[in-house]
Amino acid sequence: MSLDPATVRRIARLARIHVEDAEAAQLAGELNGILAWIEQLNEVDVEGIDPLTGAAQMAMRLRPDVVTDGGIPELVLGNAPDRAGAFYSVPKVVE
Amino acid sequence: MSYVIEGRDGPWELVIGLEVHAQVISKSKLFSGAATEFGAEPNTQVSFVDAAFPGMLPVINQECVAQAVRTGLGLGAQINLVSRFDRKNYFYADLPAGYQISQYAHPVVGAGSVEVELADGSTKRIGVTRLHLEQDAGKSLHDQHPTKSYIDLNRSGVALMEIVSEPDLRSPEEAGAYLRKMRTILRYLGTCDGNMEEGSMRADVNVSVRRHGEPFRTRCEVKNVNSVRFVMQAIEAEAARQVEVWESGGTVEQETRLFDPSRGETRSLRSKEDAHDYRYFPDPDLLPLVLDEAWVAGLRAGLPELPDAKRARFVVEHGLSPYDAAVLVADQETAAFYETVAAGRDAKLAANWMMGDFFAALNRTGRSIGDSPVSAAALGQLLDLLADRTINGRIAKEVFEAMVDTGEAPGSIVESKGLRQVTDTGAIDQAVDAVLTANPDKLAEYRGGKDKLFGFFVGQVMKAMAGKGNPALVNEALKQRLSA
Amino acid sequence: MLNDLSLVEARDGLRRRDFTAIELTDAHLAAVAALNPRLNAFITVSAKAARAQAAEADARLAAGEDRPLLGLPLAIKDLFCTEGVRTTAGSRILEPFVPAYESTVTANLLRDGAVFLGKANLDEFAMGSSNMTSAFGPVQNPWTRADGAALVPGGSSGGSCAAVAARMALGATATDTGGSIRQPASFCGIVGMKPTYGRCSRWGIVAFASSLDQAGPVARTVEDCAVLLGSMARFDPKDSTSADRPVPDFAAACRRGVQGLRIGVPREYRNDNMPAEIEALWQQGLAWLRDAGAEIVDVSLPHTKYGLATYYIVAPAEASSNLARYDGVRFGRRVDGNDLLEMYERTRAEGFGAEVRRRIMIGTYVLSAGYYDAYYLRAQKVRALILRDFTDAYAQVDALLTPTTPSAAFAQGEKMDDPVAMYLNDIFTVPANMAGVPGLSVPAGLNGQGLPLGLQVLGRPFDEETVFAVGAVLERAAAFHHLPAIRAGVPA
Ligand SMILES: [Mg+2]
Ligand SMILES: [Zn+2]
Repeated sequence: MSLDPATVRRIARLARIHVEDAEAAQLAGELNGILAWIEQLNEVDVEGIDPLTGAAQMAMRLRPDVVTDGGIPELVLGNAPDRAGAFYSVPKVVE
Repeated sequence: MSYVIEGRDGPWELVIGLEVHAQVISKSKLFSGAATEFGAEPNTQVSFVDAAFPGMLPVINQECVAQAVRTGLGLGAQINLVSRFDRKNYFYADLPAGYQISQYAHPVVGAGSVEVELADGSTKRIGVTRLHLEQDAGKSLHDQHPTKSYIDLNRSGVALMEIVSEPDLRSPEEAGAYLRKMRTILRYLGTCDGNMEEGSMRADVNVSVRRHGEPFRTRCEVKNVNSVRFVMQAIEAEAARQVEVWESGGTVEQETRLFDPSRGETRSLRSKEDAHDYRYFPDPDLLPLVLDEAWVAGLRAGLPELPDAKRARFVVEHGLSPYDAAVLVADQETAAFYETVAAGRDAKLAANWMMGDFFAALNRTGRSIGDSPVSAAALGQLLDLLADRTINGRIAKEVFEAMVDTGEAPGSIVESKGLRQVTDTGAIDQAVDAVLTANPDKLAEYRGGKDKLFGFFVGQVMKAMAGKGNPALVNEALKQRLSA
Repeated sequence: MLNDLSLVEARDGLRRRDFTAIELTDAHLAAVAALNPRLNAFITVSAKAARAQAAEADARLAAGEDRPLLGLPLAIKDLFCTEGVRTTAGSRILEPFVPAYESTVTANLLRDGAVFLGKANLDEFAMGSSNMTSAFGPVQNPWTRADGAALVPGGSSGGSCAAVAARMALGATATDTGGSIRQPASFCGIVGMKPTYGRCSRWGIVAFASSLDQAGPVARTVEDCAVLLGSMARFDPKDSTSADRPVPDFAAACRRGVQGLRIGVPREYRNDNMPAEIEALWQQGLAWLRDAGAEIVDVSLPHTKYGLATYYIVAPAEASSNLARYDGVRFGRRVDGNDLLEMYERTRAEGFGAEVRRRIMIGTYVLSAGYYDAYYLRAQKVRALILRDFTDAYAQVDALLTPTTPSAAFAQGEKMDDPVAMYLNDIFTVPANMAGVPGLSVPAGLNGQGLPLGLQVLGRPFDEETVFAVGAVLERAAAFHHLPAIRAGVPA
């Protein structure tokens, strides 16, 4: 599997990272180098193996339904690059 | 006759599936301890977890899981003792983490079904594919500023149940009936309040059309429709649009659309260029959700009687018609109210009063059953006064209106207004004599064979007695005097 | 000199009132002031807060209070959120970020009385093995090479390790996703401990790859690491992957010895490219353990060679999702755009450095439609096999001994143009993260150029005690008393 600059641009769009056209070709080269190296995994026989998602081998704990958080609008808004009163503010979204 | 759209060259059948997003009733959010109440000041019910601050981690709320399991049990669905949470990755201003935690590959609830009642009295079973838990997004306000959108994250992270139906629905009516029934079941279970106006229940509608006997054609998803009526309208509009596309030689493209109620049409929501690739993968911050069988059994044991069972019982126990029973069970409080009124009384009479004068009074006063001006106990007392002949049927209606207006108990209204039925035969005979004496001409006509005038005499006697005469005794006295 | 004390020695000195916490903190702040312009180990120095904490510690000491870390000055990797103190993750995108909350691990340290000198430099979002990717400039290794080239401290916890090696701090917090504690500890000639996944809470630590990230200590002795880990570790209900189990007395375990232990030598760690001096050090380490009463056993971890490639699918995949929150909306840097899409794309293009962008792109790609099964799902299956390798090995042995890294510290600028060459730094450390097992790096000797080399001890899940026991024996036998050229008290 090999990435062309068009695919790089599609991936960059998905990741919301602006990529200049000139950059796309170079990135394609770098990413292809990494992917080619990764492809050594195709040698491994994984027939019948269950995928391992994480290292923690336990079931999930459930917390009680109690309100323990929130009520801190100044703290959750305090780092915002742009805010309007009690709201976060972003360039207008047109649907 | 099944629902079709008549096209230019033949009928089209509709194929509809619904994804209902139902907000879980819980005090705190699915993965954070912030509150879930509706209508709070912006960004006051937001924790650092809900705003996806660096290093914040989700911890699941047991009650949200319990609510999903209760709902699954209420839908007669399979409960998956092992399920898992995935991340659905996409960027949006009101999705702080850049992903929604949802259950994609392994939902907590599997297949179940819902029975819907249609207007023609028939019923239809609609398959439920699955139910999964996921996070709600925040809210974007686009109309506050000319060049900016404002974001409120109060809803961000609130638990939703996404309930996906099979593509079993074939008409707007069926879709409407399904939604209403789903809402009834959720409300019975206490797992979602079903308030579509507040957004706590929304539907994504998948619509396609086909010629009879064909396999499915491409469907479109109409997103976030927020009332039963709009769902039905959206289906009609979208189906009509698709018929037009096919019949003019075009192809329906799979896409997401929005319903615009003011124009009665759907429009494309996202351009193809921005095609979504959600990159689902298991959320590494969470572990598998493993449920204990005994815990699930405990939830099952705690389920309330559900509408279908209650309706069947009303038919058997109270001798109601299936239709009347369905009306009374559509709302849990109404059903409970009815059962209080009917207890130890004439159950059919109780049903007739509920569906007649009582519902009319609620309608007229704009009240709901929860804040009804007449309590179930008071309505029961009124029926008791009827049964022991303290009052007659006509007076009962008058007493009921007084109960609605004043909130007073029926007994005291009867006493204070002197509405007690007159059963004193002396007084009745006196009234009969007076009426006959005052209407010699009518009496002559009656005697001449005009039997129908009997009713006239009854009415006059009752009028003379201010409606309080015992109707049976009045009849009897009149018959005696007229035949004498 | 106070800076030369180990953490345990400093603790005991404070308890004996040989010196005050203020004196101890001032000595370290002075070293920071003198050395940081050259080493760049700290992004943020919080001198005022540190002196206040030290003063409070003195008051508590005077009142006879006894807490495990009372008055001991530490460096905090700038990946741990610290309340009211800027936390950057080494990235431009978080340059203005001041958290209103304290990570669980640092809160545990504060509870035990620690003094925080400041926030240690690191590879951006902990992605790197050289500390060259920090938006706040590279960290220089306090060790120097004969040719005079400035060396990397390793990464991503390069600032933490350089600070401890140069005696600017008694110890430091660090995190390890693929080797980011052990590799820089090895490069800087200090001890680094990556505990079992789930031992330390991840709450409040800027996430890189959630299923691999684990916090741990770096310090100059094995026992210092044991003491620090004893404070850092604790069950945390705010982290669903935190293990609900008691925290043992790790320091006591350092005195256990290795008599009767079975130590495994994984044959797959030996490859043709291994420098002879590293092979020799490894053999020396095995000999030390044998002499101390351990039995050495050959074992096989057949999927070792696939660990790194697996890591470079799993870690970027998780990172691509974890880093989606840096979008310029709620915190951090924003670069304006004409619409939301442009704002996102500019913010993220300018806010993230090249290596982070590269990994986000790889991660996005391996999760995308049509590639998930071939890359991500396959990697998870190989990951299961790697775990199985360890499980099988631990049926035969109590711990494993390997080199920590395939080389000593390299010069700044080396290996920069080939990402894969850089990734190979972590070849010996990554498998432990894939399996979640604990790993410790202990400085064991110098290479031909006078640079430190570490040996790695790997243990069973939640058996850090055995790892510390083995590490302490190695430490005693190696008697590694070499010092870096750049350190507190040495004129520049
Ligand atoms: Mg949907
Ligand atoms: Zn959904």
